Amino acid sequence: MSALARSLSTTLYGRRGLALALLLAPPLLWLGIVYCGSLLALLANSFYGLDEFSGVIKREFTLKNFVELAAPANRDVIARTVGMAAAVTVGCALVAFPIAYLMARYTRGWVRAALYLGVMLPLWSSYLVRVYAWKLLLAREGVVNWMFAEAGLSWLLQGILAVPGIGGPSLSISSLGTFIVFVYIWLPFMILPIQAALERVPQSLIEASADLGAHDAATFRKVILPLALPGVIAGSIFTFSLTLGDYIIPGIIGDSSLYLGQVVYLQQGTAGNVPLAAAFTLVPITVMAVYLAVAKRMGAFDAL
Amino acid sequence: MKNSHRTLGGALALAAAFAVTAAYAAGPRQSVGKGEGRVDIVAWPGYIERGATDKNFDWVTGFEKSTGCKVQVKTANTSDEMVALMNEGGFDLVTASGDASLRLVAGGRVQEINTKLVPSYGKVDKRLQNAPWHTVGGKHYGVPYQWGYNVLMYNTNVFKQAPDSWAVVFEEMNLPDGKPNKGRVQAFDGPIYIADAALYLMTKNPALGIKDPYELNEDQYKAALALLRQQRKLVARYWHDAFVQIDDFTNEGFVASSAWQFQANILKSKNRPVATVVPKEGVTGWADTTMMHAGAKHPNCAYKWLEHSINPKLQGDLAAWFGAVPVRLEACKGNKLLGDDGCARHGLNSFDKIHFWRTPVANCKTQGGKCVPYYRWVSDYIAVLGGR
Repeated sequence: MSALARSLSTTLYGRRGLALALLLAPPLLWLGIVYCGSLLALLANSFYGLDEFSGVIKREFTLKNFVELAAPANRDVIARTVGMAAAVTVGCALVAFPIAYLMARYTRGWVRAALYLGVMLPLWSSYLVRVYAWKLLLAREGVVNWMFAEAGLSWLLQGILAVPGIGGPSLSISSLGTFIVFVYIWLPFMILPIQAALERVPQSLIEASADLGAHDAATFRKVILPLALPGVIAGSIFTFSLTLGDYIIPGIIGDSSLYLGQVVYLQQGTAGNVPLAAAFTLVPITVMAVYLAVAKRMGAFDAL
Repeated sequence: MKNSHRTLGGALALAAAFAVTAAYAAGPRQSVGKGEGRVDIVAWPGYIERGATDKNFDWVTGFEKSTGCKVQVKTANTSDEMVALMNEGGFDLVTASGDASLRLVAGGRVQEINTKLVPSYGKVDKRLQNAPWHTVGGKHYGVPYQWGYNVLMYNTNVFKQAPDSWAVVFEEMNLPDGKPNKGRVQAFDGPIYIADAALYLMTKNPALGIKDPYELNEDQYKAALALLRQQRKLVARYWHDAFVQIDDFTNEGFVASSAWQFQANILKSKNRPVATVVPKEGVTGWADTTMMHAGAKHPNCAYKWLEHSINPKLQGDLAAWFGAVPVRLEACKGNKLLGDDGCARHGLNSFDKIHFWRTPVANCKTQGGKCVPYYRWVSDYIAVLGGR
């Protein structure tokens, strides 16, 4: 046994390439076959058609699914989902930045640990429980509505809910409600990368900026923000792609307008129209590819 | 009929490119022997309970003790998932709904049942013994398990008298409390709800000539979609999850919707002012059948389960648990969990008004083989929900 081990080590010694290949083979096979393989299978499926008579999948090349993708109803779904993902990303960035700034620059010791815990804590509880909890909070008979009423601001809430497109009978039955819950659910994924980026901004640069006569606002705009931007972009990749693929939140909160994930689920699960579902999944893949290319240009991956 | 099913079955098998166990040409089994020690069942969640959620609801432990057949359950959430699992194989039984059952028969995935080997089969509700969703060409492909209906649930504070028509959820109107129904009614968000619209049109607009809500020609289908688009303006939120609807009726001020008896039972148990009614147009419903895989590895245990599945105690308990109706009428009396009014509440006396759920296919009987198939229902219902 030890002779075998010795001969093995002799063989590998001096052949670093071979050792490396042996070490990398399992994860590469996993990535190549399980991950890329299933992705390619998906791609192939999107070129198949459905037999109109029996609803059975026909394994013949057709572009019909992509034509169907461009139908007005499907374009609506895509536009709605991408729009929501963009809005949620901006919303998350606006809420997350001050929190991350506070954590990175004004706290240390146990206060920072407590803030970390506060940000991470929701991730330890069930996603579904949190979404259902929000449904109760935003309901017509819920806490948010009650607080507006107690503050004498019911007219304000009603005014917001009367806005076509984002409003509805109550917060939990409006796209505004969907937006609020999305922002809440994905917020930690925005705070943490921004906070990491802000921590890396050297104190000396900020002092230098002040020495050169810049006000706080100018320092923030010209020094801190550009250096933190890769963190914001990194966070936005999470919030954008997670919103793009989610199919649970819009099913519970909102006005029942469908989002991409739900349509894929319906086409695949209920209709058995796997080819169209596959064509639909190519939409977020394409959107994310473009998004990542732009993010790379803006330096989101430089810090990785 | 038999031939067309065989052809379709062949096409399905080829397309799926799976090694299919050929439909047994030799006919059903002739005897039940000693159990194999195990039986694998694909079932809807909540259909096969062993007391894990609530001690009172257990119809597995006793079976395992008396037969020595260990019951393994794989739950599935949609009919398509059930069909897919049965296609993969490795299971003995499946609790298939009306839309899945005929596909399974057509695909040759389930075997004919010898009803003589299920001693209680003769005691099954006569109306179900030869139901078309499990009987093809005079052959039985399963044993009925449970059924239920999709009723109109309404708020009794708003409706002092039960509404007699689905119009309250389809047409813009003022409800008895003087306020409009807009934003206060709900509809189901599954594509099969198109059939509910068609059912309403059957009575409202007989000129369309709809004979069966699951068999719609191009014109009838368009009329149903137009009605649903009109309804979209009234419905602020559709329901698909029973518990979300329960919450909507509690916290969001919804007062009328299609629903399962299940939601009404829970809302009533919380003293909410709701009741259910079967409107004059009739209702849609579902009927499930336990079917046996063509290549079942544990046929003896499977036959033992089939017999067990229709014993009155199990049937009554399950009906209480699921808000459904037993397939054996004697299960309706003397069951503690169900109560003596349970069956009536769950739809027993409305059987003739129920249009049981089926998958719409192009080749339909009532419209001369020119019907809109199900995959189009899905795409178009997505468009309706999106306001198109």
